[in-house]
Amino acid sequence: MLESAFFNLFAGLCVLSALGVVTARNTMHSVMFLVFCFFNAAGLFFLLDAEFLGVILILVYVGAVMVLFMFVIMMLEQKKDELKSSVRQYLSLGGVIAVLLLMEFVAAASSGVFVHGAHATAAHLGQQINNTEQIGQVLYTKYLLGFEIAAIILLVALIGAVVLTIRKRKDAKYQNISAQVKVRREDRVRKVRM
Amino acid sequence: MVGLSGYLIVAAMLFAIGVVGLFLNRKNVITILMSIELMLLAVNINLVAFSHFLNDLGGQVFVFFVLTVAACEVAIGLAILVDFHRLRGSIETDDINTLQG
Repeated sequence: MLESAFFNLFAGLCVLSALGVVTARNTMHSVMFLVFCFFNAAGLFFLLDAEFLGVILILVYVGAVMVLFMFVIMMLEQKKDELKSSVRQYLSLGGVIAVLLLMEFVAAASSGVFVHGAHATAAHLGQQINNTEQIGQVLYTKYLLGFEIAAIILLVALIGAVVLTIRKRKDAKYQNISAQVKVRREDRVRKVRM
Repeated sequence: MVGLSGYLIVAAMLFAIGVVGLFLNRKNVITILMSIELMLLAVNINLVAFSHFLNDLGGQVFVFFVLTVAACEVAIGLAILVDFHRLRGSIETDDINTLQG
């Protein structure tokens, strides 16, 4: 009873704020709606006994990715009057595709495969079971290779983002370290006979 | 008690809203990226729901990997956007035509 009430709350707010992301005129408002959507999705994760992923969703997405979005939006401010015209133009096509997609998904979800039997309900895990510990035990053993690949992908993305956005300023003075190291005494000091 | 199909329907709605967002905001690259985030979130909800109802932790580990790759994708995408803005002074999709696509 309480669980389904919380499910309805989180799911409803999640879908509503997702609609807000798509329809907001101001991009910053879209980001705020998306943050709210992620908080509600984290609530859904908590209902599904995935506490670790809920916390990670809030920390990584709300704390890092959405802040990155906000910084970029604040740096690259642009005009906001474009949406109205494109809504008229593309709403019919996008709406038809999305409604078809939604109908297919909902038909598949409620087709009876997932409604009856073992899929229908699952008991919640006991209070003494630690979700973080369980994930750690499979992540560092069974999925170790994937974990390492994820780490390398993060490293590549880190270096790539820095390389893409770095720029040399013409008016700034840079050190030339190798030239500094290679310099010898004769290059700088000259003995003069008095 | 909420069944598996409830979570699947929520995820389907989020995914469909993400698809609509791709079509509605064709002018704005940042909103397109946010729509992709919505679709990835829908996929993550599906994975966690199946992981819970099938009692298999593999789904949650894959959500972890999806989050990693999504974070990388956003970082690289926004870096490309900043670079493009520096080059052209605009980030509208209509102006991104250097490759004549």
